[in-house]
Amino acid sequence: MSLISNISWRSIALWKRNRDVFLTTWKTNFVPPFLEPILYLLAMGLGFGALIPEDIVYRGMSVEYIKFLAPGLIAISVMYGAFFECTYSSFVRMYYQKTFDAIMATPLSLEDIIAGEILWGATKSFINATIVLAVVAVLGYAELPLLLIIPAIAFLGGLMFASLAMLFTALVPNMDSFNYPFFLFITPMFLFSGTFFPLSVLPVWGQQLALALPLTHISNMVRDLSYSMATMDVALGFVYLAALTALCFLASVFLMKRRLVK
Amino acid sequence: MPAIKAQALTKVFGEFKAVDAIDFQIEEGECFGFLGPNGAGKSTTMRMIHCASPVTSGKLEVLGMDVEGSSREIKAAIGVAPQENNLDPDFTVRRNLTVYGRYFGLPNKLLEERADRLLEFMQLSEKRDEMIQEISGGMKRRLIIARAMMNDPRLLILDEPTTGLDPQARHLIWEKVRELKRKKVTVILTTHYMDEAERLCDRLVIMDHGKIILEGRPRELIEQVIGTDVMEIDVPTDDMESYVKERGWKYERTIDRLLVYTKEGQRVAAELKEHFSMSYYLIRNATLEDVFLRTTGRALVE
Repeated sequence: MSLISNISWRSIALWKRNRDVFLTTWKTNFVPPFLEPILYLLAMGLGFGALIPEDIVYRGMSVEYIKFLAPGLIAISVMYGAFFECTYSSFVRMYYQKTFDAIMATPLSLEDIIAGEILWGATKSFINATIVLAVVAVLGYAELPLLLIIPAIAFLGGLMFASLAMLFTALVPNMDSFNYPFFLFITPMFLFSGTFFPLSVLPVWGQQLALALPLTHISNMVRDLSYSMATMDVALGFVYLAALTALCFLASVFLMKRRLVK
Repeated sequence: MPAIKAQALTKVFGEFKAVDAIDFQIEEGECFGFLGPNGAGKSTTMRMIHCASPVTSGKLEVLGMDVEGSSREIKAAIGVAPQENNLDPDFTVRRNLTVYGRYFGLPNKLLEERADRLLEFMQLSEKRDEMIQEISGGMKRRLIIARAMMNDPRLLILDEPTTGLDPQARHLIWEKVRELKRKKVTVILTTHYMDEAERLCDRLVIMDHGKIILEGRPRELIEQVIGTDVMEIDVPTDDMESYVKERGWKYERTIDRLLVYTKEGQRVAAELKEHFSMSYYLIRNATLEDVFLRTTGRALVE
């Protein structure tokens, strides 16, 4: 498949470009992912959680609400990190700044550029999720040793959401159109992926629907590992994420080529 | 080995033939121009040369390599200064050069050296730490050319390098192009400015509707199509036109002028003065602009 064979180590040069831009404004880049989970933990965990006096039962283990919520926040940061980067930011680079056009005149192929963008999107998920994880761990809501695997899930989940985002970036006519994927996919996932409440409270059909959402799997994996539970679901989650990533990635490269190569 | 060899090169967009089976050959070390009205197919041809646009049919070899299947190697060996300003607004002037050079896989030390040398060459050293938004249009054009040279290319594509620039900025760019020619870099130039093409190009083609309609050295083309002189007569009469026609001179009638193309401007003027009273006329040297307008027509291309 030429879509694959046109990808090379050169995509790292594109990744480095985005990293360099990120690092020149690092102060503004690191503060939100650090403060946001603290705000959520205060408002939802302590504030809203005060209304939930009973512990929540998760996989037979009872946890207080704030501890249930914490892994959900990590999962959410995985989704938003890559999805924002590879929708709005990639679109600005592609459409307004003509960065892709400029780079296509160098030995990088379009496939390298897309791969580099997706790698960078995944890196954003990794950075953001690791910051949230650090906050959560310091507050005692995640446990060693298995929490150390969570950054790897963040990166893999980041690859998946970055590829999915790139797919929309290849399709939308303008920036405002990103409202659709956000409204139709991202917001429902944010709310219904076992992030804020256990899926067991939903009717069976609702639970099955939630299982179709990629974030549900990331959320479950992160929660299991936060509680240092090595479950079969974690292993299956890896397989599921890898398969979905491969699919979205190929589709996004194909659609992007159709959009940009004329 | 020619720098570029195109045979029956064709590019079709849907029903529209942007480039229609053109043949040309560009030798190494020459400055070769592509002229033509908007939509003539110049930029599409440039885009096929630097592998941004796939060839529909025909053959195109750049530095001895086929664009089909060797795009990475070709792109590594050539420099492209596009028409559109696509400098990276997230970086400073100097960083634009080093980051771009990194796409070619060049080591950091070399990138730093080259960036400084090229900033010097393009007289941009003082602006090295400015952001792109803060420099003038002329500086942006120069930076784009500097950027195109980061990989020390054997072939440089300049797509309308001086469009929209003031005379000082244009002259500076011309000087630099001549300097590159002396260094035996092959330069391909597209432009709307005939004086620019006349000054810089060793050879050129004029394209129209996707086809090459003329090819040659600027002086020879002028000689061949126009002659040496142009006599411009203001507010001509129909009698004047029939007289010129009868004499078998090459001429053209525009809305308000009669242009007579000749090798003997003074003699033609003297003869016409004998027969007609002319309120105003002038005799001037024929230019490439005359060739261009005569071959591509005077109608506005939109």
